[in-house]
Amino acid sequence: MEIDRPLPNPMTPEAKPFWDGLREQKLMLPKCNACGHVFWYPRVACPKCHAREVGWVQSRGRGTLHSFEVGYQAFNKAFKVPAPYVLALIELAEGPRMLSNLINVEADPARLRCDMPVEVVFQKLTDEVTLPLFQPAGR
Amino acid sequence: MANLRELSNAACIVGADESDELGTLPHKSQLTLHVEAVTNAVRDAGLKVSDVDGIFTAGQHSPATIGEALGVTPRYLDGTTVGGCSFIIMVGHAVAALHHGLCDVAVISHGESGRSQVGVSPRRDTAIPGQYEAPFGFGPAPTMFGLITTRHMHRYGTTLEQWAQVAVSTRKWAALNPKALRRDPLTVQDVLKARPVVWPFTVLNICLVTDAGGAVVLTRADRAKDCAKKPVYVRGMGEGTEHVSLTQMKDLTFSEATRISGEKAFRMAGVGPGDFQHIMLYDAFTSGPPIMLESLGVAKRGEGVHCFEEGRSTPGGSLPINTNGGGLSYTHTGMYGIFPLIEATRQLRGECGPRQVPNLRTSLVNGMGGMLSAAGTVVLSNER
Repeated sequence: MEIDRPLPNPMTPEAKPFWDGLREQKLMLPKCNACGHVFWYPRVACPKCHAREVGWVQSRGRGTLHSFEVGYQAFNKAFKVPAPYVLALIELAEGPRMLSNLINVEADPARLRCDMPVEVVFQKLTDEVTLPLFQPAGR
Repeated sequence: MANLRELSNAACIVGADESDELGTLPHKSQLTLHVEAVTNAVRDAGLKVSDVDGIFTAGQHSPATIGEALGVTPRYLDGTTVGGCSFIIMVGHAVAALHHGLCDVAVISHGESGRSQVGVSPRRDTAIPGQYEAPFGFGPAPTMFGLITTRHMHRYGTTLEQWAQVAVSTRKWAALNPKALRRDPLTVQDVLKARPVVWPFTVLNICLVTDAGGAVVLTRADRAKDCAKKPVYVRGMGEGTEHVSLTQMKDLTFSEATRISGEKAFRMAGVGPGDFQHIMLYDAFTSGPPIMLESLGVAKRGEGVHCFEEGRSTPGGSLPINTNGGGLSYTHTGMYGIFPLIEATRQLRGECGPRQVPNLRTSLVNGMGGMLSAAGTVVLSNER
């Protein structure tokens, strides 16, 4: 299958457990072992208590559509997903927010609303790279 | 801790100007835009380029490069690059450096071949956007600022028609500025029916992309009296930052960086958010200025757009905003922050002809870097 998106570049060492988890259809999030804070994006020190004891936890893959846009054109030559498509800011049930796409939904602003429940869908791009996308919950 | 009030009115903007031309300039490199702007602003101040001993610039060229291109050897350098507001933040940095004698004539320079890309290095993906944003189609600013805008609409019921009023108000000012690129009349319907780019934005909700330079010159208040034009005092200044990636912004509808920068500037100047007769805001998108007014405390939360739809922001209104025509209609190179400083200086000098705000004493300049990520605020006045 043709790759229809830019591959993540670079894939940095501190994010390895995230990318490794996705290959096994697991959405892994960094979690501070000192204060319990679950955060995004991967870093080697907790952004809340600043401890250097960062571990990982598997997300349940559920959350809400915190905000969204509908793209009517591509903003990067390597992004070949047909327009219109939904650019999404997802708030995971564990707390952190991440950027993604909402798929399996009509890309019409009138059909979308902030805070609608969503769930993760894994999309394999290559043997190395699987991305976490989201769809309306309970589809 | 030093008393910040001692920095209030310690230094003045004494020179301000753009590059020779603004617009689409494929015949000029980015570095040329810097050099044009600096030489023009220094001339405006009645000074010589050889007087410049402090260089402040943000973007792709370092202050050392600007010094070399100008043929001066500065003794003070600042290259703080936190987005388009960097030049506004640098006003504060320059005031502090001048006050402490680290330099005597400070130049803040901007040059950007934003449209024609002449003499520009290609943008490189970095660890955060390349890894966590680009694979999903995110990229340039409209794909990010729309998220802020959508959430504001969800929370406060703000409408597309209301955002469009910001473009309409700003265009009215542009019509009065011969240097503005877009001067034709504009209606709310024009904005709504323009080419959709990324909902909630049509192309007329998004700033221009141009080539231009701009510079301002500052010196200590005692020396400012000897310059060519009436000095514009820096009464207050503040900077702040909250996040870079939008995933780290606590409340998408409110800019913490803007609030922090504004509170510092107002306290230093001894003014409140309601004390201004003229405001310059960073309008990369129509939704930006209303959210900035709310974050600065000039408007209540969710009510920033009222200022525009009720016409207070327009020519003849009680609170003129973006009187140069803004990034939406005058010029926007990419890092716009120098241009609101130039306009506020001209307004406070009384140089603005048909768009002059009458009886002006105090002006507020606020700008963002990134997606409301960083912010700079300055309070400027034509009296001590």
